[in-house]
Amino acid sequence: MTALLEIVGLSKRFGGVAAVQELSFAVEEHEILGLIGPNGAGKSTLFNLINGVQVPDAGRVVFRGIDITGIPPYRVARAGLARTHQIVQPLAAMSVLENCIVGACFGRENLPLHRAREAAEEAAVFVGLEDRLDTPASQLTIAGKKRLELARSLAAQPTLLLLDEVLAGLNPTEVERMIEVIRRIRERGVTILIIEHLMQAIMSLSHRIVVLNIGRKLAEGPPAAVANDPAVIEAYLGDPALAAELLGAV
Amino acid sequence: MRVGTILGRPFFWIVAAAIALFVLAPTLGNNVELRESLLLAAVYITLASNLNLMLGYAGYVNFGSIVFFGLGGYFCIYFVNSLHWGLAPAAIAGGAAVSVLALLFGLGILRLRGAYFALATIGVNEAVMAFVTNFQPWGGGTGIYLSTELFKPLGGPAAALWVIYYILVGVMGLSLYLSYFVKLSKFGLGLLAIGQNEDAAAVLGVPAPRYKALAYCVSAFLPAIAGGLYFFKGAFIQPTDAFDLQFSTEAIVIVMLGGQGTVMGPALGAYLYEQLRGWLLTSDTFANFQLVIAGVLLLVIVLFAPGGLMGWLYGRWPRLKRVLE
Repeated sequence: MTALLEIVGLSKRFGGVAAVQELSFAVEEHEILGLIGPNGAGKSTLFNLINGVQVPDAGRVVFRGIDITGIPPYRVARAGLARTHQIVQPLAAMSVLENCIVGACFGRENLPLHRAREAAEEAAVFVGLEDRLDTPASQLTIAGKKRLELARSLAAQPTLLLLDEVLAGLNPTEVERMIEVIRRIRERGVTILIIEHLMQAIMSLSHRIVVLNIGRKLAEGPPAAVANDPAVIEAYLGDPALAAELLGAV
Repeated sequence: MRVGTILGRPFFWIVAAAIALFVLAPTLGNNVELRESLLLAAVYITLASNLNLMLGYAGYVNFGSIVFFGLGGYFCIYFVNSLHWGLAPAAIAGGAAVSVLALLFGLGILRLRGAYFALATIGVNEAVMAFVTNFQPWGGGTGIYLSTELFKPLGGPAAALWVIYYILVGVMGLSLYLSYFVKLSKFGLGLLAIGQNEDAAAVLGVPAPRYKALAYCVSAFLPAIAGGLYFFKGAFIQPTDAFDLQFSTEAIVIVMLGGQGTVMGPALGAYLYEQLRGWLLTSDTFANFQLVIAGVLLLVIVLFAPGGLMGWLYGRWPRLKRVLE
């Protein structure tokens, strides 16, 4: 296995707040890497630094061996790195299909318009939006909008997918269906870096887990090892009983 | 977008029919009064359709779009008057020069969004007007008068007015087809995505800075040519006419009235607005009463029908979307 994405000494400050501090880790090809940590640990900031929405103060982001630090988001997308947003960002007046066509047109494949439709439709069907193709994105439920985020980024045929809390706000049935979709995405050969607060879900999905706390890496390793780590229990899980329960889930 | 698929769409032929109507209606019966009314409508349609590329597609409010029209007029008049070029090359060169300038302005002000961008576009117009007012080669504040001698190559003053009218109708037609082709293209899809949510569009891979600059640049070309023809026809240009913000405001009202983001809307809005204007002008009670109406119209549309006439029509008859695009 070779590293698909390398984060090297990444730092970002907002005024006096150090959101991300000297963070380093790597995402291996074909794995699902879970990213967890308390609110304000710097997880979403890290995503913004990776895909160019924000420029880091120091450090490097290397994707497929190429330094992509600080290049604008649309070029990162073209390079094959797609993401979803924690707070959904639909192109509201456009239909589900049109949203996905934008993803397919301007993603890694850079498809011409007449060929994008097929890829877009396939992605929408894949996440289970086949009944909603012509629905304006603004009229979807929150679960629907989360699916749309996923479909749009999938339509881009990415190599690496960053998922920012795609399970938050979903009911248990929807969570289960979404987990299934994420597994199937990985089976298609897409590497996934996922932020999630639902512990059971991320422990069972991820091959490895990185724990962030106050912008720094607190722990890294297989789910079982991370859930057993006293530092992680203290900072995040808070309760040894919960940790034991999670170990049962792994 | 393949040419064959466009030729198969009814809307392509509706536009063609509208152009034919503009050509034939005043020609049959040699109706000069109708020609003058339709000439203004053609200018309004050109301005509104091109403004729509920014306002309707990319969601950027350009309050100073008239600067393209005025500068195009100045370049054309200067080329014709001082360099003794023919009207056609002068107008086209004027369009090209203004597009290049628009690209330069655009790279600067398109870093701004929302109200700040709108303010900056007014700033561009006012700055250009101040520059031209003090620019002696272009006549400064008094402007440039053309000798009627210059109409001779077009067959004398009377015939020249017909020639200019036909060319302007051509420019109008090109504006409508440009708007249509952009809307059906990948470029247009990118612009629409930017108009919906620029940050999300960029994350999806839409090269927003390049697309916006290109749209701003393209939307300058045909209005600049129309400006050249319009001021050549009047044989006179001065800064206060060329860079009149009132025209810009009217163009925005027209786009909103007809329906932003559609091809048909700005054309329909422009035609209706010109008819309304002509009708109100014949009343002696108010000078420029159409501006009062325009202001009220804009308020009512923004508050109650943001989709304009086309939005209302689509709401009533959704299938109309496939015919009147």
